[in-house]
Amino acid sequence: MAAWSRDIRELCCLLLPVYFILLVYLFNNVEATSGNDSTFNGQKTEDGNQHLDSSKSHLSRSFTNQEERLSVFSLDYYHVQIPFEITLWILLASLAKIGFHLYHKLATIVPESCLLIVIGLLLGGIIFGAKERSPPVMSTDVFFLYLLPPIVLDAGYFMPSRPFFDNIGTILWYAVVGTLWNVIGIGMSLYGICQVQAFDLSDISLFQILLFGSLISAVDPVAVLAVFEEIHVNEQLHILVFGESLLNDAVTVCLYHLFKSLCQMHTILTLDIFAGIAQFFVVGIGGIIVGIIYGFVAAFTTRFTQNVRIIEPLFVFLYSYLCYLTAEMFRLSGIMALIACSMSMKYYVEENISMKSSTTIKYFMKMWSSVSETLIFIFLGVSTITNTHEWNWAFVCFTLLFCLFWRALGVIVLTQIINRFRKLIITRKDQFIIAYGGLRGAICFSLVFLLPSHVFPRKNLFITSTIVVIFFTVFIQGMTIRPLVNFLDVKKTNKRQPTVSEEIHIRFFDHLLAGVEDICGQWSHYYWRDKAKKFNRNYLSKLLIRDKEPKSGIVALYKKLELKQAIELAESGQLSKVSSSASLLNKKPQKVKNLSPDELKNIKDILAKNLYQIRQRTPSYNRHSLPREASENQVKEILIRRHGSLRESMRKTKRAQQSGAVKNSPFSQPQNARISSQPRKRNVAFTVGEDSNLETDSLQLDNILQSRMGPPPRHQEPCGMERRNEVHLEKGRSQKPISFGYDGGGAGSRNDSRRKPALMPRTRFDNLDIHYNECRRSRQGFVEFSPNNWRAESAHEEDAEVNDSLIRKPM
Amino acid sequence: MSISLEGRSHVLQCVTKLCSGCSAIAQIADLGTEGCKMVTKAHICRLYDRFEELDKSNKGSLSREDFQQIGELAVNPLGDRIINAFFPNEKQSLDFRSFIRILACFRPTVKNKLADPNAPEPINSRNNKLRFAFQLYDLDRDGKISREELIQVKSAMRLQ
Repeated sequence: MAAWSRDIRELCCLLLPVYFILLVYLFNNVEATSGNDSTFNGQKTEDGNQHLDSSKSHLSRSFTNQEERLSVFSLDYYHVQIPFEITLWILLASLAKIGFHLYHKLATIVPESCLLIVIGLLLGGIIFGAKERSPPVMSTDVFFLYLLPPIVLDAGYFMPSRPFFDNIGTILWYAVVGTLWNVIGIGMSLYGICQVQAFDLSDISLFQILLFGSLISAVDPVAVLAVFEEIHVNEQLHILVFGESLLNDAVTVCLYHLFKSLCQMHTILTLDIFAGIAQFFVVGIGGIIVGIIYGFVAAFTTRFTQNVRIIEPLFVFLYSYLCYLTAEMFRLSGIMALIACSMSMKYYVEENISMKSSTTIKYFMKMWSSVSETLIFIFLGVSTITNTHEWNWAFVCFTLLFCLFWRALGVIVLTQIINRFRKLIITRKDQFIIAYGGLRGAICFSLVFLLPSHVFPRKNLFITSTIVVIFFTVFIQGMTIRPLVNFLDVKKTNKRQPTVSEEIHIRFFDHLLAGVEDICGQWSHYYWRDKAKKFNRNYLSKLLIRDKEPKSGIVALYKKLELKQAIELAESGQLSKVSSSASLLNKKPQKVKNLSPDELKNIKDILAKNLYQIRQRTPSYNRHSLPREASENQVKEILIRRHGSLRESMRKTKRAQQSGAVKNSPFSQPQNARISSQPRKRNVAFTVGEDSNLETDSLQLDNILQSRMGPPPRHQEPCGMERRNEVHLEKGRSQKPISFGYDGGGAGSRNDSRRKPALMPRTRFDNLDIHYNECRRSRQGFVEFSPNNWRAESAHEEDAEVNDSLIRKPM
Repeated sequence: MSISLEGRSHVLQCVTKLCSGCSAIAQIADLGTEGCKMVTKAHICRLYDRFEELDKSNKGSLSREDFQQIGELAVNPLGDRIINAFFPNEKQSLDFRSFIRILACFRPTVKNKLADPNAPEPINSRNNKLRFAFQLYDLDRDGKISREELIQVKSAMRLQ
């Protein structure tokens, strides 16, 4: 224990000189840029190493005489200055992060963002102290163009889409109306304060105040993310605050530009006001449209990248960044564009690219967003230390007060209204957390720097008050929110993975509700979700997702072996149609067989989702780690189960064959021999994605099984009748819907009735005569347990997608 | 008190389409007091319109075929179960009253704290909702969910 803490101390001590080395470099950079010529000597490093004070005073201006001799060893700093500085800053940020996480106790009390700001303050202080000059301030361009996009991209890419869209109404309500409320409230109250003569603020006009209000009301996604991800509140709350912080960008951008133009205009026409309102819609909707366009283009591009796997991640990043820049170019909301782009792109891209590319993308995104966030907070600290602050007690205090007050009031009022339209109401505790979680951060900071000084004589006052508000929210609110959450006993996330049965029941109720909605004829969001899925399946996926092929050699080999094995089994007569039918009727082997693909699908769901948990779902979003991937064990278990089921079904078929209908066996042999060639061909044409190899295998195997059952009509007649009667009986007796939609009203000689119950709904509407050899339909009908003509549902469209694309493959 | 066929057709003839549901309300007004407190007049009106829309042969009640005509329900994996839930006890026709009763289950849950213990439980209470859900699982109506039934639920959910 003692050794351990000693290690920590040593490491911290190690980091300190590193910091000062870096500082020394920075000093000289600033100096160099400011025109002094000082060359940096190796000796200076040693100076810097020794003592704090001595390094500060002895630094710098040594002037070496440049002789005209050939120098064996020379130093040219300017050559590498800019990349060097940038890298140093980033390195500093990362070292700071290491430092924090080594000292656990600190990390639990103080959120990381605060620590980073403190480090920034220290650095800024040191630089200022030594230089008597303001340290390099993070420029607005750097922030908006380089530092913010990775964070937003990360947020959008990993955004859990289902809770997001479930709550989209509430989120938009808070984002748009809430921000407007805040802006007007804060603006008006501050204007009232400014009118009071005693405070010496009367030279600030109304529009200036409104502009200030608009930039200070914006809840900041960076700060919210940084704080909320450590406190693990329940997913509904998280998504509300987080979604609000992202989507209020449109309002902020719009109001900011509106008021800025209004400030500079001499006469205000009503036309301008209407233009402002119209601009809001343009900004918001335009941003989303730009995002979606870019997202689909990216998805389409990845459809063709199978030969250039290495650069697949590049496309994702390039298109996203381009999207952001395009939106910024048109003065639309860049954040909304980026969110729309990443959300729309994610699903299709994930289907098209390889596993490694997918992992690469996720890791890089996390890495960049982490670095960005760290840099933002450090710069925030550094930029605070300047001597250009203008302090006005009244303005600053009242700004802070009004920010808190109007936020709280806004949340309460808005929640009262929106709760009438929600099924899951937002409780008082949730409201408190939402209000308390309205943190301001770097966006306001950058926006306030963007204010033109000639229009705003009191710009420094604004900067000061912004900084105060940001510090207050990040430090005080950030630090106290965790104990408050614990104190109020807010519902936390459930880290447990949902069990398979939970998934099943949840899906069951989704279907139930969709069905009841259809009965009522009422369209609520289930209906729209179904519609969206249908559209997705029919058009988008065909366009944007590539036909799948097995990618890895091992997968292909495994499939080949399985095929061989299955064909051997079939040809040896063990998988005759009688036995299959017996097994199907029995339902028992199906039970086992059904388990694994279901498991697979569920596991894939869990994989693909990385959702926030709704009531009991997958683990929540985390800035610092990737969503949990399926472990090797799960895959192994699936394989084991599959083999077990295969063995069991073989045993059953053997038993059934021995006991069962002898008359059919003479049929089975020639048929099997005859049509053995065809399924093989079909199965080879089956293309499958790498992710779903196991699923495909099971389906393929089932395909083979079923194909054994699908001889030309005549032979199967007696069997078919027998089976159908059985099914009929069962249905009549117990009303068990074994085959869904199967109402027994089908036409007479439906030879492949066993395989086609799934098609019954269709046949009711249009009488189809389906031969087994017909490509699509037979593909659909071949497995009783995976009909793909059900347009309703899946809350997990990824898997339905996989299934469907597999099944619907024409031969 | 059920809506008789003659009475209903009389209503239909005398009243315009828009208001037809409202007279039906008078007939089933007791639904509000007895059953579900949250089914409002507007709900009943709209559901009556829907009922008539579904009742293609205008016989005043719905049969299974009418439900099966709903396209989306046919492609729903639980379509059959839902339809069965509307036709309990081997009934083959569904009148408007029962229709509303069953749909009243889906109103937001009413808290039972202030309820009179002797009064019948409201339709949209938690227990009744659970009962409804149980019915969907228990296909053979024996009051128990057997292993086979659970297996079927599982396989149903796979089929998407």
